[in-house]
Amino acid sequence: MYGNAYVENPAATNSLTANENPIKLAEFEARIAAGDKIEPNDWMPAEYKKQLIRMIEQHAHSEIIGALPEGTWITRAPGFRRKLALMAKVQDEVGHGQLLYSAAETLGKSREDMTNDLINGKSKYSNVFNYPAKTWADSAVIAWLIDAGAIVNQLANSKGSYGPYCRALDRICAEESFHLKYGHDNVVFLATGTPKQREMVQDALNRWWEPIMHFFGPPDKMSVHTEVLMRWKVKMGTNDDMRQTFLDMYVPKIWDLGLTLPDENLKKNDETGKWEYTEPNWEVFKQVINGNGPCNKERLAVRRTAEEKGRWVRNAILRKDAKYVTPLA
Amino acid sequence: MKILSLDPRVTRENIDVETRDGELQPLEHFETYEVFEQRKRGTHHVHVGNVHAPSHELAMVFAKEQYTRRGQCVNLWVVRTSDVFVTEYMDSDIFETTASKKYREPDSYKVIDRINAFKAREAAKNA
Repeated sequence: MYGNAYVENPAATNSLTANENPIKLAEFEARIAAGDKIEPNDWMPAEYKKQLIRMIEQHAHSEIIGALPEGTWITRAPGFRRKLALMAKVQDEVGHGQLLYSAAETLGKSREDMTNDLINGKSKYSNVFNYPAKTWADSAVIAWLIDAGAIVNQLANSKGSYGPYCRALDRICAEESFHLKYGHDNVVFLATGTPKQREMVQDALNRWWEPIMHFFGPPDKMSVHTEVLMRWKVKMGTNDDMRQTFLDMYVPKIWDLGLTLPDENLKKNDETGKWEYTEPNWEVFKQVINGNGPCNKERLAVRRTAEEKGRWVRNAILRKDAKYVTPLA
Repeated sequence: MKILSLDPRVTRENIDVETRDGELQPLEHFETYEVFEQRKRGTHHVHVGNVHAPSHELAMVFAKEQYTRRGQCVNLWVVRTSDVFVTEYMDSDIFETTASKKYREPDSYKVIDRINAFKAREAAKNA
């Protein structure tokens, strides 16, 4: 589950490639323009490698941390069928994290380094997972709408240029389709249930709407330029494009259930074909992503504790003469 | 028990949420094994990814969890990544075939003209 990359790109476009060999750069760009994939040991610009590691790593962390708010509800799921389904979904998300870490490792950053950067707060992950899942309806809204947002983004990225990332995303998208159905089923069940159930799901929607709008990243007019990353097929769509796609697919489905969204200005402009909405508070977004959200600390603490508690088991089975080799593909 | 968080792990384990250090050592998460799956009897095993594991046996356990959760697999192989010998993409010209090796291609064998000429000659002889 992942929104759009939080690209930090302060340099001017031309300085990103200033130190690259122009002949190799031209060959590299021609390969991508022709629709070819880049594989791990191919020549690539330093900036391409750096942004890909950042992006795939963030995506991997998001899968792992994203499993925590939902995992919270495994012990309290209403009934065995829902408990089993939620466990399967959470296991999928952790599995997706593994696939993505492997893809990032092919670029030369070890799994241990990535985990350290997560635990120490150096790496980012999707902002939405820094919010608490207060009721069962929250877990339903997450499973339906956050996963839907993630699918919009992941389907686009699976057409990107880096082979190992695309292959991981193909596997991930196939599994996410179950999550979407599962989440929709849960929301529909509550929305068509008792007044109390309807109230629960409406309340969850009201609280999650802003994080969902944040999910795709700041508006294009606020983002630093991403043309190079688009040309290199690292980013496959702008934040606003992804947000529009999501709104177009899911707002009608939400309204269809008689539920409302907490934005009076939300409507589709029939002339432009675009959705209009109130910009969510981007100051809040910045605060949360920089560590000040309601759950940032405990998410990382839970992750860190898992490493600490598992250490004695790992040490007991460690092969002393093991040698690290970068995974192949 | 005072509820510290909606996450039961935080409350029950009394996890300290203020500490931030947790240094993993290199190789603490083991080396990697490449995974090959056969989806159906009679087809080739295909590379699907890798897993981190301390031994072949555990690599197999993790590979099963990671890559075969949705069924459609009849056989799995795991191979230690460091045991795989690979070519470099920059050397992929070694796989190019040359025009002079056309004798290995089926379409370089064209006999129909010769057969027709032969038949025409035979017909002329017998006329």
